[in-house]
Amino acid sequence: MVPLSWYLIVAAALFSIGVFGVLSRRNGVAVLMGIELMLNAVNINLVAFWRYNTTIASVTEPVPSELNGVVFAAFMFVVAAAEVAVGLAIIITVYRNWRSVIPEEADTLRG
Amino acid sequence: MIQFDFSTIAFFVFAVLTLGGALGVVTNRNLFRGTIWLMVSLFGVAGFYVLLSAPFLAAVQVLVYIGAIAILFTFAVMLTRSLTRLNVRYTRLWPSALGAVLLFAMLVIGVIWPVFGGNEMYSLPLSDVVRTTSDLGVALVSGEGYVLPFEVASLLLTGAMIGAIVIARDADEEELEQ
Amino acid sequence: MDCTGLCEVLTQGGTDPGLAQFLSILIGVVLVVSVPLVTVIFLIWIERKIAARIQDRIGPNRVGPFGLVQTFADLIKLLIKEDITPASADRLLYNAAPILSLAAVALIWAVVPFTPYHFGVDLEIGALYFVAVASLGTLAIMTAGWASNNKYALLGAFRVVALLVSYEIPLVFALLVPVMLAGSMSMFDIVNAQAGMWFVFMAPLAMLLFFISSQAETGRAPFDLIEAESELVAGFNIEYSGMKFGMFFAAEFLHVFTNGVLITVLFLGGWYFPGWQMPLIAFMWLGLKAFIPYFISLWIRNTVPRLRIDQVMRFNWFFLVPLSIVNVLVLAFLVMILKEIGWVPVDETGAMALADATFIELLPMTIVLFISNVLICLPIINRLRRTGSDDRVADEQRAQHAIAHAAGD
Repeated sequence: MVPLSWYLIVAAALFSIGVFGVLSRRNGVAVLMGIELMLNAVNINLVAFWRYNTTIASVTEPVPSELNGVVFAAFMFVVAAAEVAVGLAIIITVYRNWRSVIPEEADTLRG
Repeated sequence: MIQFDFSTIAFFVFAVLTLGGALGVVTNRNLFRGTIWLMVSLFGVAGFYVLLSAPFLAAVQVLVYIGAIAILFTFAVMLTRSLTRLNVRYTRLWPSALGAVLLFAMLVIGVIWPVFGGNEMYSLPLSDVVRTTSDLGVALVSGEGYVLPFEVASLLLTGAMIGAIVIARDADEEELEQ
Repeated sequence: MDCTGLCEVLTQGGTDPGLAQFLSILIGVVLVVSVPLVTVIFLIWIERKIAARIQDRIGPNRVGPFGLVQTFADLIKLLIKEDITPASADRLLYNAAPILSLAAVALIWAVVPFTPYHFGVDLEIGALYFVAVASLGTLAIMTAGWASNNKYALLGAFRVVALLVSYEIPLVFALLVPVMLAGSMSMFDIVNAQAGMWFVFMAPLAMLLFFISSQAETGRAPFDLIEAESELVAGFNIEYSGMKFGMFFAAEFLHVFTNGVLITVLFLGGWYFPGWQMPLIAFMWLGLKAFIPYFISLWIRNTVPRLRIDQVMRFNWFFLVPLSIVNVLVLAFLVMILKEIGWVPVDETGAMALADATFIELLPMTIVLFISNVLICLPIINRLRRTGSDDRVADEQRAQHAIAHAAGD
């Protein structure tokens, strides 16, 4: 088994690449992809900490808190799926009305 | 000293898939290819879940990301393809690259290495046994477990589904007539 | 990890334990992948023969006895054909798509339990693995359609993906039924839970739903509007030729038989058959039983006309999806009630345990569940019949209007 810090380094690298994607790309779809990368980096961390830090009191009697990392990661999936569905719907609507996929150009509400 | 067994090799393979795919996502001009690279990257993440003995998460990762989110992304890429001739691939390329590198350096040097790096406590998992998928199922719906977040998550999904349909659908014929 | 069988022999022969384990796993992987790939060669022959008989033809009969070697001839033909990659195609993705398509089907075989002792791997999450791997096929089709850089391929891919994604929902809900009854997602446990009674008698409706939606997943008639070989050129695979086309082709043929095997494992009791149980005989039972859904699938393919895309979508969203959800809910509710009454065999912790129960013990539960399935079906069949006759009347009226209109001019 590799030590915990390796997983954390990979997750940090993945998160940084995601940040770079979100900050530098203009296309809204590409920005969403960057956000997905960041969410997955967080997920790796959650599961890695869970695997390396959980002490199991009794083999036969599971306690819900012994599963918190996996449960959190499962909720992250829900959030990611919801975010992509709504985000892409918004991008497609913006594209229909402004003929553009660049988030900054949808600025009708700016005072 | 790190022992080079198969799980170590697998770790490196998945790390290359994850990070290589991620770099492909942020550097590719062609968004469809970007989507495929995203899938490669997320597939690597699924591999990490297997290594971390969470097979349920790995299967759900493949199912949700490749089966659903990848398809959504490809549809979005195709539906917004024409008329979007983006000549500039990046805005603020160098500031954001610098920011990302700085963030990574800060995380590794400032947090991960001093806290977890030399620490013997984190070199191996604390327990050899892990909870199984059926334990996860029980934890999700048991009263002292996570049943409230579970319900909230299902509400969130329903809301997102209805919201996405309402936002993205075309105006009805009846609405057009008005 | 344990080291038994071949791995043990290799270790005793002086091989490094890690290497021995790796080698034995590698051989297992190669075997599990080869079985379906070799099977598909003969499946193509069987399918062509059956199709020919249904259509009152003879089928392949020239190459070898009964035309058995015909598929090899076709294979060689495909291999030596010119391998065209369109100039404007995305080369990498264009070449990767057929491989991904075949891999998506071949990967399913990793979790199929052939006999109690012969299986690829017994995953704790076998059923979920099947769904996850099958979804790779959708991505392969999308990639093929886009990478060909052809409008028709892309449109075809859109239609396939819309169909596949929609029919995955009833498929998964139908899959939930055996998982719920066995209390486990492992394919192995699901087969073991059918030792006393096959799930087809407890949940015939779930099997029917699984069968219909897996028929749609393969893109076969009556759901073959995506390909419609007699009307359109082809679907997403229009630009493919040679062996790359052959791989899509093989994936489709293999998928049909894989569905037969999965239905056998999930509903028809896997390797179980009353009376005679031995490892190799068990393998034979699995294969023989898998041929029943396989044959019905071919039968439907060769007799039923093609549907329109709007009909296919309406059938799914207004019929299959609600029905599959109702089916799961009713089944869960009934099992809970039966457990309270004490008609369900339970182990010492109070969980449902069908694996150790005998046929007689399971009989009352099976009868109740079967009757509930029939009761769900009755109003639905009635409703379907009414919808069908309404549609027909509307069509006839439209036709009469058109005739009257034409005569009036």
